[in-house]
Amino acid sequence: MSATKTQSNDTNTAKIACSDVHVFYADKEAIKGVDLNIKEKQVTALIGPSGCGKSTFLRCINRMNDTIDICRVTGNIQLDGQDIYAPEVNVVDLRADVGMVFQKPNPFPKSIFENVAYGPRIHGLASSKADMANIVEQSLIRAGLWEEVKDRLDQPGTGLSGGQQQRLCIARAIAVSPSVILMDEPCSALDPIATSIVEELIDELRQNYTIVIVTHSMQQAARVSQETAFFHLGEIVETGATEEIFTNPKDPRTESYITGRIG
Amino acid sequence: MTDMSNTPEGAARKKRTAKRYAAEKRFEYIGLAAVLSAALFLVILLWTIVGNALPALTYNYVKIPIDLTTEKLTAENAGSFDYRKIVRNGIYEAVPGVKGRKDRKKLRGLVSSGAAVELRSEVSENPQWIGTKQDIYLPLSDTADLYLKNLMGDITRPEAERKFSDIEIKWTDQLKEQGKIESRFNSIFFTHGASREPEMAGIWGAVVGSFLTLLVTLVLSVPVGVGAAIYLEEFAPKNKLTGFIEININNLAAVPSIVFGLLGLGFFLNGVYLGWFTLGGGFPRSAAITGGIVLALMTLPTVIIASRAAIKSVPPSIREAALGIGASKVQATFHHVLPLAMPGILTGTIIGMAGALGETAPLLLIGMVAFIVDIPGGFTEPATVLPVQIFMWADFPEIGFQQKTAAAILILLCFLIAMNAIAVWLRNKFERRW
Amino acid sequence: MSEVSEKTNRLVGRNSARRPLELAIKALLFACAGVAILTTIGIVFSLIFETLRFFGRVHFLDFLFGLHWSPQSAFEGAGSTGSDVDNSIVFGAIPLFAGTLLITLVAMCVAAPIGLMSAIYLSDYAHPKFRKVAKPILEILAGVPTVVYGFFAALTVAPAIRGFGENLGLTVSSESALAAGLVMGIMIIPFVSSLSDDVINAVPQSLRDGSAGMGATKSETIRKVVLPAALPGIVSAMMLAISRAVGETMIVVMAAGLAANLTINPLEAVTTVTVQIVTLLVGDQEFDSAKTLAAFALGLTLFFITLTLNFIALRVVNKYREQYD
Repeated sequence: MSATKTQSNDTNTAKIACSDVHVFYADKEAIKGVDLNIKEKQVTALIGPSGCGKSTFLRCINRMNDTIDICRVTGNIQLDGQDIYAPEVNVVDLRADVGMVFQKPNPFPKSIFENVAYGPRIHGLASSKADMANIVEQSLIRAGLWEEVKDRLDQPGTGLSGGQQQRLCIARAIAVSPSVILMDEPCSALDPIATSIVEELIDELRQNYTIVIVTHSMQQAARVSQETAFFHLGEIVETGATEEIFTNPKDPRTESYITGRIG
Repeated sequence: MTDMSNTPEGAARKKRTAKRYAAEKRFEYIGLAAVLSAALFLVILLWTIVGNALPALTYNYVKIPIDLTTEKLTAENAGSFDYRKIVRNGIYEAVPGVKGRKDRKKLRGLVSSGAAVELRSEVSENPQWIGTKQDIYLPLSDTADLYLKNLMGDITRPEAERKFSDIEIKWTDQLKEQGKIESRFNSIFFTHGASREPEMAGIWGAVVGSFLTLLVTLVLSVPVGVGAAIYLEEFAPKNKLTGFIEININNLAAVPSIVFGLLGLGFFLNGVYLGWFTLGGGFPRSAAITGGIVLALMTLPTVIIASRAAIKSVPPSIREAALGIGASKVQATFHHVLPLAMPGILTGTIIGMAGALGETAPLLLIGMVAFIVDIPGGFTEPATVLPVQIFMWADFPEIGFQQKTAAAILILLCFLIAMNAIAVWLRNKFERRW
Repeated sequence: MSEVSEKTNRLVGRNSARRPLELAIKALLFACAGVAILTTIGIVFSLIFETLRFFGRVHFLDFLFGLHWSPQSAFEGAGSTGSDVDNSIVFGAIPLFAGTLLITLVAMCVAAPIGLMSAIYLSDYAHPKFRKVAKPILEILAGVPTVVYGFFAALTVAPAIRGFGENLGLTVSSESALAAGLVMGIMIIPFVSSLSDDVINAVPQSLRDGSAGMGATKSETIRKVVLPAALPGIVSAMMLAISRAVGETMIVVMAAGLAANLTINPLEAVTTVTVQIVTLLVGDQEFDSAKTLAAFALGLTLFFITLTLNFIALRVVNKYREQYD
């Protein structure tokens, strides 16, 4: 392994601890033994050229890869010390605790209210109608969308603008009160203004949630994250504090990528 | 996550999760049950058909002494001679000692009424038999055959309730013990036309009728269908007329088949009404050509839709390559696009033809239900087709026809399976991934 | 200047011979496409022509809303003026519409859940190997001619239902709507499942991922996200299936009754529009009698109903497709 160990590798303080994670699509090895510790209530950015496996790795953390028949995951991923691939773990409970926001905003073709209420409803989190309304309101407030939509909660979520849709998806993820939120290039389909709003939101969410974000843009990683892991060809080349990686990369490949020599 | 289950809240959540997983399993099993029930229906359907059809594939023949020594029979009239008396005397000889008019009539009834016709064709083929005595196998009557196949129902019922009396059972059992009864492949069924007598009824007339009708359908619907598809895909301007034609074709594909029968009938009725032609003067309503035309109109949308899909799947780069070296649009289409689209067009055509082969309702309306004994010799002769034959036989009360119907269905299904197998084979052989 | 004109000739003259031929080919191809329109026109005219003649004898309100159907007692023969009063009583089509509706309802009760659940199971749950076996089974079910289903209904299903009902102490007609509807439902299963399969697969994967990412189980995702999203497509699939059932002929001709009972009890015998068309037209009939013409009026009604259903369904489905393209 060529991953450069930094001071953050203490398993006891990590929210998520991954060791020797391999992912295979049929016979093709997409992730080749990744070790990574993700700190609680921080934003960790996964960066790297496209096809390097960062999205695949992200999808391991809430077992979204289970939905792909030919995909096989080996190794150990622990959330709060619990192996999430252990047989006694319910994937449904895991995903309630590890929410996910996708590349393209994907609101359900339902009303704004129903979009946010979907999670609490399937997980049975609201005890009454008022309770549900409260959860929806709080989630929308946290996602910074409340002021814009409070008068039209019964309108379809698909009618919002792209940036609003993505914040709706974040609100939807927050509504089941997860401790971790995974974001798979959440701004790649958004315009610059919407992007900056979402980035600010990510920074605020850090107070309550552990966030892992996959991003294509190094600038975005620099802006929103505290920790960064650089993926290359299915391996982690370097991890560490974002500032450290961007200003003083230890691995020549990291440096080439950051300076734009490899893409 | 781990310590959650120790708190009351965590326990409640765990219970809820278990419940949700149970619901998940339930949903999956409902889906599985749906697929399995569809499969079960198919199995019961095929089981019923095959179970009923198998007895019809064989028939029981009885060996009776035939005296061909009569002077009236000569090599010249062997093909037209009335053999009924000879057959009658033969069965009297085979079961000796039957006296009384009533019993003798019953005994005569043990042999099929078509036996004389069978004998005629056998003697015609073997003229050397004339003037000799021969032991010849002739078909038993329908009821005797069913009795031997155990299909008469409960034979312990009172005599009055069954079609096969005690004495007939005695004779039949006696002939069987003497080894004079033989179960043979039912060649009559495969070579004869329709008949009122179950044992003389065959499927050949309907098979030929179906073949002729389908040939008409094929010749009409394929060129027109493919032509329409080429026009719509390659040449049609994007305007309202084209849009209208497209909507029209899609809707035509979903028009109930019986309406096409009404179209055919309406055409004939109006033709007669307005004096365009007179019935009987032209070709009959039940001719293969009439049925073929109606089925061609019905199949046309299927052929067009399949051909369009096939043409659409040919990538534009092929057209551009041809146009780029100076071929005209027509040349590019006929030299390059059409040959590449051909397997898809063929597959669609075969599936359309399979649909036409199984179609009944429109043919009923235009009058292909006539009772036709002769095997049709041309497109304008009265004919019937397999599915209509099935429909008519299914309506006949004799138990013997129930087996005939099932056997006819089995033959129809064999044709359909063969056609679909060819379509699948073509698709797999020529399927191209661009 | 001869050089220039030669060059021009190379551009304009060389292939001028093939132009008329190509125009002729195009005209021929257009004519082929026109046959489809001619067929529709032919259908509409042949139906309307006879129907108008029928309505000359029986008032169309009496036909559409009459409660009594017994064409056997109709006054027959050409030039049946003066018999209008009689005929208007015996050509009331409501019992036929009700019968058709009842059988269609039974058929949809079988086909809709089984077809839809099969489609869901095969696309979302089934092992690929299982799918490889199950799909052809559904295709075979779709390829069986309707006359075979009719034979099956009359020979096996109707007696079975009757026997079963009698064991329960129920009076079941041997030509019950239940038997015909059940078998018709079986026939429509593959139709529903393949249409549903198309619309379910048109729901984007991102919505499924979104739901799964929230911790929804597969069935929760299907029931609460996929099906609501696919609802317009499913509704139009059902409409197409209903249109199929309404126009289906052979099963009902062979397994349903001839008596025009006005009932909602599926254990009784009812008759349908298609059965009556066949009954009125098959066999020896007078070409000009009210009975024959009535069949065309029924045919026009059938054509109109199925056309409307298809037209709406195709529009809904196209709208729905655009939404996710």
